Amino acid sequence: MRESYSDLMKAIRSGRFVLTGEIQPKKTTLLNEAIRSAKEMHGHIVACNVTDDPRGQAYLSSLVVSHAIQRDVGLEAICQMTVRDRNRIAITSELLGAAALGIRNVLTMSGDHTSLSDNPCAMPVYDLDTAHFVRLVRRMVDEGVDLGGNRISGGVRMHVGIVGNPNAEPLEAELLKIGRKVDLGADFMQTQIVFDMDRAKCFLKEMERYQIPVLPGIFPCKSHAIAEFVSKNVPGIKVPPDYIEELRKAEGSLDRQTKREKVDEVNFEYFSALIRELKGTTKASGVHIMAFGYEGIVRKLSECV
Amino acid sequence: MAEPFDKIFVVGCGTCATICQTGGEGQVKEQLGILGKKGVGWAVVEAPCDLRLVKRDLAEFMPRVGLSDAVLVLSCGAGVQVVGEHTGKLVIPGLDTLFIGKIERIGRASERCRACTECMLYETGGICPVVRCSKGLLNGPCGGMANGKCEAGGHTRDCAWVMIYETLKRQGRLDVFKKYREPKDRSRKAQPQELLGR
Repeated sequence: MRESYSDLMKAIRSGRFVLTGEIQPKKTTLLNEAIRSAKEMHGHIVACNVTDDPRGQAYLSSLVVSHAIQRDVGLEAICQMTVRDRNRIAITSELLGAAALGIRNVLTMSGDHTSLSDNPCAMPVYDLDTAHFVRLVRRMVDEGVDLGGNRISGGVRMHVGIVGNPNAEPLEAELLKIGRKVDLGADFMQTQIVFDMDRAKCFLKEMERYQIPVLPGIFPCKSHAIAEFVSKNVPGIKVPPDYIEELRKAEGSLDRQTKREKVDEVNFEYFSALIRELKGTTKASGVHIMAFGYEGIVRKLSECV
Repeated sequence: MAEPFDKIFVVGCGTCATICQTGGEGQVKEQLGILGKKGVGWAVVEAPCDLRLVKRDLAEFMPRVGLSDAVLVLSCGAGVQVVGEHTGKLVIPGLDTLFIGKIERIGRASERCRACTECMLYETGGICPVVRCSKGLLNGPCGGMANGKCEAGGHTRDCAWVMIYETLKRQGRLDVFKKYREPKDRSRKAQPQELLGR
């Protein structure tokens, strides 16, 4: 087994049930919001993803925010990096920068297509794909060279993560793709949001053949409107109608404070049960909680693990 | 683009642009109608991308071409450049070239080849991911695939990697699907290409 360079990998390998959170930087030059969010989750999660321009929206750099939360808060980052906007030169350079700044986890992603972007006329790069990206990190870490075989001084100590989608249909195409990346040496996997427990269990069962640590993604919604939006607009994800209805009822409360507490109760009840089920009946290594801007629920859910 | 010129010669394409109904005789005449008195002549070259055919088909029109201030060419970018190189005239591209594609019927075509220099169609069931995957991925599908459709364009177009998966599965060749494909050597496309067979 390869050496553990990060708290995330150490926690996973220790066998404890691991929680990770998520910060989504905005179109800003201010770090304070990301720092606040990291502080609120620190101590409750092992590491925190920092997104890399989701939906192709040009936001504050993932690497910069990853560095900031590690330096200012002491919360370990899982720096997301896409192949959408960088060729292999830029990705290599970014990885060297990440290693130099002490980033120990990189999550490789293809990135939402530029046509969905807030700069839709941008050129999609995709010089590499995520399989190549995994290979690049492995070569940098294991062999001390880049894809061109050029030597790197100082060493690169980081783990490479991949993303899986339990909702993918046809699922076999997704599984075979994951298999390629596991063979290339991916260290861990986080998944797309999954609400459907049967789907999650089936996916996790399939993953057992690859022996890669998997953290299924869960998405506590702050309101029924968000849940409905995801259900209608994110293909492949069906948010259970009962859960949406519970949120709607909770939002019917009169004052804001009660409303917030009721929504939190619904989310805690729903997701703590889900986490317990994943923990008790599957080989999931933990759960990735995608609740950016909703740190309170992350804290509460951490208590049930 | 045609505005500053008083005398314009129009060249059409007898092959691709005729089939696409964007640069055949009909469209050349339409352009002449729009140009009115500015139009000083026209010709449809069998294939404006082929210098030999440009020389042959424009030979009788060269005096008129010579009188013009500019040549409006209704063909792909290759044709525009060949006509410009041969006539020495200022050329105006009349069309925006979209792709190298499959012709389904007159006026209907779809992109199939991006001339990437490293053909991998044998490994991908005859479906080119460089063109037909919106991200040009060599080891797909990506996470944007849902129910076999591609995220670019709002999940309306088939995901190329699902098509590849289904084709290879049908052919009993899923082992090829599982294979890792190395990154492309983009260096050949980083400079203008030439074919120097002899």
